[in-house]
Amino acid sequence: MKVALALKGAEWAMNLTAARHPAFAARLAGRDRVVQLRMRDARGPARHFRFGSARVRSSPGLHGKPDVVLTFKNEATAWRIFKPGAKRGDAVNFAKNFAVEVTGDDELACWFTETLSLMRSVGWKIGVDVGHGETRYCNATNSGPVFVYVKDGKIVRVTPIDFDADDPESWTIEARGRSFSPPRRTTTTAHTLASKSMVYSKDRLLHPMKRVDFDPDGERNCANRGKSGYVRISWDEALDLVVAEIRRVKRVHGHGAIMNSHSSHHTWGNIGCYVSAFNRCMNAIGYTKMVINPDSWEGWYWGATHHYGYSMRLGAAEPYGMIEDCLNEAELIVFWSSDPESTGGSYAAFEGTLRRMFARDIGIEMVHIDPHLNYTASLLGGKWIPIVPGTDPALAHAIAHVWITEGLYDRAYVAERTTGFEKYRDYVLGVEDGVPKTPEWQAAETGVPAHTVRALARKWGTKKTYLGAGGKGTAFGGACRSATGSQWARAMVCLMAMRGLGKPGINFGNLQYGSPIDYNFYFPGYGEGGLSGDVETTGAAVQLYQRQPQLPSMNVVAQRITRNRIAEAILVGEAHGHPIDPKSINGQFMRFHYPAPGHSRVRMMYNYGGSHFGTVQESHRLADAYRSDELEFVVNQSIWHEGESRFADVILPACTNFERWDIGEWTVAGGYSHHNNGQLNHRVISIQHPCIEPLGESRSDYRIFLELMHRLGLGTYYSEGLTELDWCRSQFEASDLPGRISWEDFLARGYYVVPPEDTKASPQPNAMRWFAEGRRKDVPEPHPLPAGYGERFREGLQTMSGKIEFEASSLKMIDDPGRPPLNRYIPSWEGRGTTGLYRRYPLQLITPHPRYSFHTHTDGKDTFINDIDDHRVLVDGYYYWSVRIHPDDAAARGVAHHDLVRLYNDRGSVICAATLTRRLAPGVVQAYASSAVYDPVGAPEARIDRGGCVNTLAPTRWQTEKTSASAPNSCLIEIERWTGAAAAPAASLGEEEP
Amino acid sequence: MTTARWALFIDVAKCHNCRNCTIACKDEYVDNDWPGYSAPQPRHGHEWIAIATRERGEAPMVDVAHLPSTCNQCDDAPCVAAAPDGAVYRRDDGIVIIDPVKARGRREIVSSCPYGAIAWNEALSLPQKWTFDAHLIDRGWKEPRCVQVCPTGAMTSAKLDDAALARKVADDGYEALDSRAGAKPRVYYRHLGRWSKLFVGATLIRSVNGVDECVAGARAAVVRDGREVATAVSDDFGEVKVDGVDAVAGRVDFVVAMPGCRPLRVDVGLDGTDSRYLGTLRLEPA
Repeated sequence: MKVALALKGAEWAMNLTAARHPAFAARLAGRDRVVQLRMRDARGPARHFRFGSARVRSSPGLHGKPDVVLTFKNEATAWRIFKPGAKRGDAVNFAKNFAVEVTGDDELACWFTETLSLMRSVGWKIGVDVGHGETRYCNATNSGPVFVYVKDGKIVRVTPIDFDADDPESWTIEARGRSFSPPRRTTTTAHTLASKSMVYSKDRLLHPMKRVDFDPDGERNCANRGKSGYVRISWDEALDLVVAEIRRVKRVHGHGAIMNSHSSHHTWGNIGCYVSAFNRCMNAIGYTKMVINPDSWEGWYWGATHHYGYSMRLGAAEPYGMIEDCLNEAELIVFWSSDPESTGGSYAAFEGTLRRMFARDIGIEMVHIDPHLNYTASLLGGKWIPIVPGTDPALAHAIAHVWITEGLYDRAYVAERTTGFEKYRDYVLGVEDGVPKTPEWQAAETGVPAHTVRALARKWGTKKTYLGAGGKGTAFGGACRSATGSQWARAMVCLMAMRGLGKPGINFGNLQYGSPIDYNFYFPGYGEGGLSGDVETTGAAVQLYQRQPQLPSMNVVAQRITRNRIAEAILVGEAHGHPIDPKSINGQFMRFHYPAPGHSRVRMMYNYGGSHFGTVQESHRLADAYRSDELEFVVNQSIWHEGESRFADVILPACTNFERWDIGEWTVAGGYSHHNNGQLNHRVISIQHPCIEPLGESRSDYRIFLELMHRLGLGTYYSEGLTELDWCRSQFEASDLPGRISWEDFLARGYYVVPPEDTKASPQPNAMRWFAEGRRKDVPEPHPLPAGYGERFREGLQTMSGKIEFEASSLKMIDDPGRPPLNRYIPSWEGRGTTGLYRRYPLQLITPHPRYSFHTHTDGKDTFINDIDDHRVLVDGYYYWSVRIHPDDAAARGVAHHDLVRLYNDRGSVICAATLTRRLAPGVVQAYASSAVYDPVGAPEARIDRGGCVNTLAPTRWQTEKTSASAPNSCLIEIERWTGAAAAPAASLGEEEP
Repeated sequence: MTTARWALFIDVAKCHNCRNCTIACKDEYVDNDWPGYSAPQPRHGHEWIAIATRERGEAPMVDVAHLPSTCNQCDDAPCVAAAPDGAVYRRDDGIVIIDPVKARGRREIVSSCPYGAIAWNEALSLPQKWTFDAHLIDRGWKEPRCVQVCPTGAMTSAKLDDAALARKVADDGYEALDSRAGAKPRVYYRHLGRWSKLFVGATLIRSVNGVDECVAGARAAVVRDGREVATAVSDDFGEVKVDGVDAVAGRVDFVVAMPGCRPLRVDVGLDGTDSRYLGTLRLEPA
C-alpha cells in the first residue's frame, strides 16, 4: 500500500515541480513515452507513467507496451528505495543482486531516473547575486578554486577567492620570535586567470566533426590524418559512427583491439576527470591501457624507492610537519633542481611563496643547484650553482666525499638507521675503483669548481639543512628526468641519510609541503576515480569505494602499452614497458610486452584531449603512427582543436569545467599523491558550478560517454541513473563535509574552507622523525601497504632491511646495468661525454615544466598567455615558443634577441624564438616542455614543427634498460637562425562546411 | 587634510614576473565594456600592466629584476593636459580616466604620456590604459585586481591623503619614477636599485695546503675616482657582490682586502649599462 501511494505521489510531485519550474515542465514534454514500475510478483502494485506533455499522467496497473520497465523484487524492496530518507546504497545493492532491474529503452530509463532526481535539484539555488547584473559562481582549476563572475550568460571575470568572516581563521606558525600567517585568500596563476580566454577560444571545438576523406564503409585514407580538413556532422551521426566502430573492431579484431590515450592531466574536478568518467566508459568497453612513465617522478620512482621505499608515493618522501620544523630549525635550504615558483609544487599556485620569502627574511640561507637560474632562485637569492645538465649525481658523490673525509656526516644515524654505508664509503673514497670522488673529480663533469663544492659540502654538513630536491621537495623536476635521473634521486636519499633525515631541521622539502592543515578530514581526490568505481587502477580502494555506494568497474583487457611506445606499438607492432605499480618496490620490475599473448593488436584509438605531441619524446613518431593503416579508427574527444585532434577521424567536442557540474578539493589528487593538500595555506573544497551553458554543441564529457553507453545498452550501468550533479552530491556525501555544511549551503556558497589543525593543542608529527628516533610510524600516511613492512606493521621502512639502504637490496634482485645496487656514477648516454654526438650537437637542451601554462593546458588556444613573451613570442603574426640561450652562444650563431631559430638534431627540428639570457651558462639552452601546439611545416619527413614541441628533439631511450623512465633532459641539439618561416605554410586548421 | 587618493606601490625586489597582474588586467578588460570607464581591450597586443626584465651579471653571479609599469595616475597628468575638453580627466580619488567616448580618434593622447603607458586601440580608434579598475573600486572593491592576485606582495595599493602618502613613502623607502614632463606619478617603487644600479662582483679563492678554498669574510670595494662608492664582504662561497654602483660608464677599481692575503686591485671598465662579474680571483698569501 505504501509503495502504491509513493508511486501515485511521484506523479503528483512531478506535476507540482513542473508547475513551479518551466524547465522541468519542458523536460516532461517531448516525445510520448511510457515508463512502468512494477513488482516481479504480478500481484504487487504497479503503475505506469505516460509522458509527452507538460504534465505527466499515471495509472495503476500494467501498460501493454511500456518503453521502460523498472521491476522490483517485491514491495519491501521498492519501499526501501522510495521511502523518505532512502539510502542510495540500498538501491545500488539491490541492483547488484538483481532485486531491481531495468529493461527497455536504456536512454529513456536514465531520462526517467534523472527526471526524478531533477525534482529535487531544479529548485536549488546556485551562485551569488553581486549586483550590476553579475552572478558570482564557484569553480576550480589546475591552480586553484576561483570565483567566476557571469553576466548575461557570459563569463566576465575569473578571480581567486577572498575569504570572509564566515570562513575559519587561518593558521599561524611561530618561528624565531616572529609569526607567519598566510593571507586570507587563495593564490592563483596566470594560466588560471586566463581561463576566460581559454573558454572563449577560436580553437574551441563547437560541433562534432568527421575528417572529410574518412569513409568507414569505404576508403579510410588513414595516411591523410593530420592533413585533411573536417566536415561538421550531427551528434547522432558522430556517436553512431563511433559506436559502430567499437562494435566492428571488437567483432573483427577482438580482445584488446581498442586502446585509450590521454594526457596526464585534465580540467579540474573529480567527476569530469579522465580517471573518472573516461575510465568508467573505457572499462565498460574493454581496452588496451596506456601506461604512464610516471611522468615527473621518473628518477624517484625508478631510483629513490629502492633506497628508502615510498613506492606508494612513487618515491617521494613523507610530506608532514615540515613547514613548522623548517622555519624553526633549519639553517639552510638547498634547492636542487627545484623551482616551486614556476611549477607551484603540484597544482598549488603560489601557496608556498610567502613561506619561502619569510624563511629568507628570518635568516635561513639558500642554495640553488640548477643549470638555469630559475625563478625560485632569482626571487629568493642565495648561492646559485649552475651545473652541466645530467651530471648532478657526480656533484652529490663529491659532497659525500667531503663529508666522509672531514667527518661531517651523522655517524650514529648512519650506524643505526641505514645499511650498506661502508660499501658506499669505499666507492666514494675510491677504494673500490681507484677513483676518489673528490670535488676535483666532479668538476670535469659538472662544471662546478671544486672550491664551490667544498664550501657547499661544509655548509650543508655543519648546518641543519632542508633539501628541496625537485619542485615538490622530492620529485618533480628536471634532474630526475634525464639519463642520470634515477642516479640523482638515489643520491639525494643517500645524502640525506648521511645527514640524519628526519631529525629536527633535517629533511626533504622546500617549504611547499607540510602545512598545519587538518589531515584527518576526508575529501576524495580525483585520483580516487570520482564515479569510476574502478578499484584496480585508481586510489578508490583506500576510502572512496567504501564511502560511495556504486557499481564496480573493471577493465577486462590485460594488454598495456607504455605512453612512450605507442608509436612503436602501432608502427612496428611490438613494444615493451615497465609498469607503475605503487603497491611495492618490486612491482616496477614486471616487464610487459605488446602484443600480449592472446590479444589483438590495437586497431582503434580513443584519444582523450588533444596535446600529447608536446609531452612525449620524439613525438613526430606519433604523427607517423596516426598516418598508419594499422590504426583503422581514431576518435578524439577534446575541448580544443589542437595537436592530436587534427589526426582524428571523428572529433567529439567536449566543454570546459566552467560549463558543467563538478566538484573537487584544491590540489587533492589522492592516489600516489596522498595529502597533496599539505601544500595549501587553506584547504578549499569547491563545487564547480556550470557557470555558463556549453559553447556551441559541445557537451560535458560525462554526457558524451553516457550517450555512447546508451547506444551499447550500458547507460543505466554507466550512470546508475544519476546526473552529474547527483555524482557531485555523491562525492559530497562520501566525504566528511556533511555535518560541517549542508549540501544546499555548499551549493549556494560554492566552497568550504576546512579549519586548520590547532597544532598547539594537538601537535602534528614530523615527517621521518619517527624513523630518525626509531619509533613506530606516527604520520597519517596509510602506506606502505601492510605487507610492505619486514618486521612489524608501521615499524621501519619498506626496504628489505627496514632501513635506508645505501646498497639497495631490491636492485640486487634484477640486473639492470644502469641501476647497480650501489649508486655508482654512470655518465649520461646523451651529454657532453658522448663526444661524437656532442661535436655535432654542442648544446644541451633542458625542458623543465612550464611556468605560464599548466603543462599543455592554457598554452596555444589563442589565450592571453600567448602575450607573455617569456612564454611565446609574436614574430610575423605567429606566436613562437620561447627558447632561452646565452648571448655568447647566440652571437656565435648570428642570433639576436627574438630572432627565429631552428633547434635541431637527428630527430627533427623545432622553430622557436630566441630569448637571450644570462640565466644560463653557455652551452645550455632552455625551453619549457609542454607546448600545446603541434604545427608541422613542410613535408612530414622533414620533421619540422613550429608549434614549439621541443620534446620532439628529445630521446625516447629509457633512463636505464629495465625502466620506463623517460629522459627528456638529456638532449643534444644545435641551433641556427631560421629564415624559412615566411615560406612555411600553416597546418590545416580547416573546418569545411558540408 | 587633503582628499584621499589612490596610489600603487611596487616592490621591485618582490616581483618575480609571474604575470598575474598582466593577465588579471586582460581578464578584466578584454571583451568587457565598462561604460564611462573603458572600452574593451583588444585580445592581444596591449599590456596595460606590463613587466620589463633586467638581468645583471654572468653565471654564477646573476640577479634578475622585474619592473612592472602601468598608468602612473599622475597628479599633473600630461594626458589630462592634452585633452582639455575632458576626454581625459582625473577623478577626485586620483584615478585618471580616458573617456572611452570623448577620446575616440584622439591619437595625440597616446603620445602625450611620457611613460608610454597609453596604448592605441586600432579597431576602436581609441587611446586606452589601465583605469586602476575604477569601475570595481566604485562598486566597493578594496583594491584593484592586480593587487588581489599578486602572490608576493610586490604590488599593493592604498587610498591616502597627501600627508599619509608622504609618510608611507618616506617610512617604507618608496620613490616615484622620475617626474617626466612635470607629471608627478602616483605609482611608487622601492628597491629600484635592483633595476637601476650596477654591481661589480667576483668569486675569491686562495690555496690552502695546496687545495683551492673559497675565501669568506674578505672586504671588497668599488673605487671610483679614488673614492669608495660601495663595499661588500665575501660569503662562504667566496662570492662578493659590490652593489649599488651608479650606472655610469667609466673605469673603477675593484679592491679586495683580506687579512693574511695580499691586497688585490682589479681595474674594471663599466659600460654604464651592464654589471660585471669578474670571475674567480685568486688571493695570494701576504
